[in-house]
Amino acid sequence: MTDRALAVVRAGALTTVQDLGRPGHAHLGVPRSGALDGPAAALVNRLVGNPPEAAVLETTLNGCAVRPRSAVTVAVGGAPCPVSVDGRPVPWGAPVRVPGGALLSVGTAVSGVRSYVGVSGGVAVEPVLGSRSTDLLSGLGPPPLTDGTVLPLGRPNGPHARVDVAAHPGPPAELVLRVTLGPRDDWFTGTAVRTLTTHTYRVSSASNRIGLRTEGPALERARPGELPSEGMVLGAIQVPPDGRPVVFLADHPTTGGYPVIAVVRATDLPAAAQAAPGTPIRFVAVRRR
Amino acid sequence: MRALPVGDRALLVEVSTDGEAQALHADLLRRRAEGSLSVQEIVPAARTVLLDGLDDPVRLAQQLAASQVPPAPPSSGEIVEIPVRYDGPDLAEVAALWDVPVHEVARIHAAAEFRVAFCGFAPGFGYLTGLPARYGVPRRATPRTTVPAGAVGLAGPYTGVYPRPSPGGWQLIGTTDAVLWDHARVPAALLSPGTQVRFVPAGTVPVGSS
Repeated sequence: MTDRALAVVRAGALTTVQDLGRPGHAHLGVPRSGALDGPAAALVNRLVGNPPEAAVLETTLNGCAVRPRSAVTVAVGGAPCPVSVDGRPVPWGAPVRVPGGALLSVGTAVSGVRSYVGVSGGVAVEPVLGSRSTDLLSGLGPPPLTDGTVLPLGRPNGPHARVDVAAHPGPPAELVLRVTLGPRDDWFTGTAVRTLTTHTYRVSSASNRIGLRTEGPALERARPGELPSEGMVLGAIQVPPDGRPVVFLADHPTTGGYPVIAVVRATDLPAAAQAAPGTPIRFVAVRRR
Repeated sequence: MRALPVGDRALLVEVSTDGEAQALHADLLRRRAEGSLSVQEIVPAARTVLLDGLDDPVRLAQQLAASQVPPAPPSSGEIVEIPVRYDGPDLAEVAALWDVPVHEVARIHAAAEFRVAFCGFAPGFGYLTGLPARYGVPRRATPRTTVPAGAVGLAGPYTGVYPRPSPGGWQLIGTTDAVLWDHARVPAALLSPGTQVRFVPAGTVPVGSS
């Protein structure tokens, strides 16, 4: 086997391969998938000299550890965390040279949820429908990493960025999500619509790549029953029978039968990906652009 | 026809029947192919078509509101044939719901001409319409924890084929060896919205064995 590879020493709670996802196949029941915090994935790719579509690792809460077979440049971004090479601390949010056979350790997130590990050349697992992303809903793409997984790497594209430390938005103490109402706000009582946009919700620990689940006041329906299945968009706030809103993230189902009361602006979703369980959420109604 | 805005870049176009949804879907695909509609995803469903990734949803909504549901597209003539063994565990229950002898289920099902109304639930899972309305059946009260790949099932007005093993609540009437989804194949999905389908009996169980 080629020496352009990464051996996974500690997979962590949930580490997946992610890129820009596979949009354009929703009509076949294929979720878009892709990095939940897109700007963070783009930044680590830029830091190591990769194009934006290169695949990176997305960790969940407690990082991961990997051993490259030959020297690579890496950068860790997204949720801030300690980073070390063979036990020696190295900078987070900056390009770092890791010698072949050395152990890159990505620690537990100090804040936020998902750290991103960019590696020069990108993770080069076989693409499925044009993407290397792991899709936890449909099972497309590589399975989540396990200890001992060996991931092939691509050829480095160019020099890494000449920066010391890249600026980044810190994970939010409060998650503010701007929403436009509809398409099914008329399925809810007026009180429910006001409740959504005036009460504070909290991020539930049941959240995952499919959806950001919430805890807070239940939203009351103005009419019973289910909709015939209809197409779902990224950021849709679906309200299941328990009345607690769920914000659809990258691995969301392409169709669904629970009514969507509002849709979160796409630009606010990277912050949602970094909101740890318990984080307060405010849904703010805005006019459609 | 109603066009409901969905966020800043999408429209949900709502019609009255699944036939209208299929006709609208075909027309939107035609418009995208000829270049008069720029959109990332066209996702048909039971009574709606979602258009996602639009530059100017407001203008398109106005256009659609002023237009009629297009006529159904002519049949392309191309039909995907799916060989089925009508040996599903719910065959007797479906026969009872239809009020026909068990062996009639295969004949009635195989005589229908189906069309993929939409996909969802799993990659390559199509919701097929075509059975006369009186043959609609409810989902099973308790879903199965595992339904094998290739299981042919009924729920509501739809027929579906499970592309891979998964939990499921559809009434299972048969089994096929057809590969519904293979991401190494082009196209990966055997069935996509608009595909015409016929089920062809391939060695049904002898009458009376169930």
